[in-house]
Amino acid sequence: MIKQFISLEWKAFIRSASFQTNLALKILMAVGAFIMILYFIGFGVGAYFLIEEFLNPKPLIVVNQFLIFYIVMDLVMRYFLQKMPILNIKPLLYLPIKKDTIIHFGIGKTMMSFFNIIHAFFFIPFSVVLIVKGQHDVLNVIGWHIGIMALIYCNNFINIFVNSKDSVFFSVLGVIVALGALMYFNIFDVTAYTSPIFEAFYNHFYLALIPILLAVILYKLAFNYFKANFYLDAGLAKKQTIGETDNMTWLDRFGNVSTFLKNDIKLIKRNKRSKTTVIMSVAFIFYGLLFFTGAVEAYDGPFWRVFAGIFISGGFLFSFGQFVPSWDSSYYPLLMSQNIKYRLYLESKWYLMVIATIASTILASFYLYFGWQAYAAVVVGAIYNIGVNSHIVLWGGAYIKTPIDLTSNKKAFGDKKAFNVKTLLLTIPKLLLPMLIYAAGHLLQGELLGFILVALFGLLGFLFKNKVFQIIERVYKSEKYKTIAAYKQTN
Amino acid sequence: MILTTNLSKTYNSNTVLNIENLEIPKGQSFGLVGNNGAGKTTYFSLLLDLIQPTTGFISNNNVQVNESEDWKPFTSAFIDESFLIGYLTAEEYFYFIGDLRGETKKGVDALLAQFEDFFHGEILNQKKYLRDLSKGNQKKAGIVAALIGNPEVIILDEPFANLDPTTQIRLKGIIKDLANKKGITVLVSSHDLQHVTDVCERIVVLEKGQIVKDLETTPETLKELEAHFSGEEAIV
Repeated sequence: MIKQFISLEWKAFIRSASFQTNLALKILMAVGAFIMILYFIGFGVGAYFLIEEFLNPKPLIVVNQFLIFYIVMDLVMRYFLQKMPILNIKPLLYLPIKKDTIIHFGIGKTMMSFFNIIHAFFFIPFSVVLIVKGQHDVLNVIGWHIGIMALIYCNNFINIFVNSKDSVFFSVLGVIVALGALMYFNIFDVTAYTSPIFEAFYNHFYLALIPILLAVILYKLAFNYFKANFYLDAGLAKKQTIGETDNMTWLDRFGNVSTFLKNDIKLIKRNKRSKTTVIMSVAFIFYGLLFFTGAVEAYDGPFWRVFAGIFISGGFLFSFGQFVPSWDSSYYPLLMSQNIKYRLYLESKWYLMVIATIASTILASFYLYFGWQAYAAVVVGAIYNIGVNSHIVLWGGAYIKTPIDLTSNKKAFGDKKAFNVKTLLLTIPKLLLPMLIYAAGHLLQGELLGFILVALFGLLGFLFKNKVFQIIERVYKSEKYKTIAAYKQTN
Repeated sequence: MILTTNLSKTYNSNTVLNIENLEIPKGQSFGLVGNNGAGKTTYFSLLLDLIQPTTGFISNNNVQVNESEDWKPFTSAFIDESFLIGYLTAEEYFYFIGDLRGETKKGVDALLAQFEDFFHGEILNQKKYLRDLSKGNQKKAGIVAALIGNPEVIILDEPFANLDPTTQIRLKGIIKDLANKKGITVLVSSHDLQHVTDVCERIVVLEKGQIVKDLETTPETLKELEAHFSGEEAIV
């Protein structure tokens, strides 16, 4: 039985849509995966020496201190990204297989997931370095290592319960943020309580049995949870939300665009994938902290400010805009057989991007704390985003034919089909050009001229809106059949 | 009204549709039958300019559909769930289509009121998004949406599939009504010979992309079709 399950999984894996590409892309993906692994191994090895050099001669202590955040972040990442195997189980339900076998298989599958394996690439090299370089005792390191791996597996099983329970998740997230903040401001240091636990795994290696036991218990619980809900109308049912009809009459003031604007707002509000995009764009607002706090040395040059400003204000613009019209992929044939005005359609997406950019800029006003230059970079970045980048992003999107599954988060963090030469070329005017413009002004006269020039270019971009919309419209029309065909290929 | 000339569609040297000539006059209720892969959906997709013809063309009310978009205002269709917007409630969906087709909210409401018994209380005010409705109810919503905005040509692919018997009977009434009383050209495809013969004045049988029969519906038509599909030609 297990053999058949494994063969099924293998087929699902090699026949998944992401593998159905040409050889060149496959090689590229393999290289990418390899580099990723190297990176993690390098990180695992390097972490030891870096910490030893810069922070503390005893790296293990530092790692133990931050492990609590590592493990909790792991849980958060899992919540967002790790898919539960529930849905793939459906076709097995009516076959003559024992329920228990199916459930063991389902949970077992999550254990083999990328989210568990990836940690090994960090912890194994780190542990090896601990033994070889740090003169730590082998047995103790192994105890520590196994303890942590068991905790990671605990996360894996916890995620099975927490998944699809938003309220649980957000309260957990709230506690983490609060603890992090308390620690940052030296009010309450949670690590003072947690790091001794991790240290205990090291000092008394047999204590690693406790997390193993915990993992086993959680496995049992997950198993029972699954089993109790192993019905089409219980755990295997798709979650249904209560639908509210909302006519959004307040949007009527936008005239003809309102038809699409209403629809787009509903699209964003009611679908998992688009909600993730909104959360991501909020995260982008904080991206600038890397630049303005001097946290990353490479980013300290004055020209990087503009780069940061573009990202801070444009998170939504980039992550949403690059997938226009893919957001509407699931009902694209409907739109194409209706008498839609492409212009209004585009205009609606454009309004959304402009509104989001302005909102991000207002939210980002805390950058004033880092000096007027920081916030000026955000503001001129926003002007450039609205005036120039909004058009470029929509234009680039017209060539991306990746269907979007609105109800799942899969691929929310990038998709290889989104990378092609055209979109790559378009990043030049999106990011490099404003940096160059700023650099020109900065070197000629100073910061002020740099900022003014970028803003001027942004304003200039407005003039081309009609022209660009016409071009995009033409692309939509000439690519229509290809687009419809591509959107049909859902996974 | 709808004129098909030398139309063919070929995928990698595999011809899936080849219609030399087909003329559907205004106000006709036209039925397309055929086994799986006969080319019914391909024909409808070509008619809606969702795929490109390999040769030939279709003109809808003197508009060549792959050249101009002017057929869109008077043509509507429900082909499959890709014509539904899953995250809208049925009402929102109807108003959205109404907006696109230049129909006021009042107009849409008036139209919906006529279909109260067709909906059977399962479509409106359900507090459910279309993606969470059952397949049959999704189909009901899609079919009614295709009637919004006074179209002159309505294309329905497999409208009877997934519907319960009561709704099937009601749908037959609706389709007959559209063609007879309102002069609307209705194109329907189906696997159910009984339903098409009940509803359509004319039935065309497709086989591997070719028209093999073109029948005016008479009381004998059903028998003839059954004989054809069971492999025994009827003795006339």
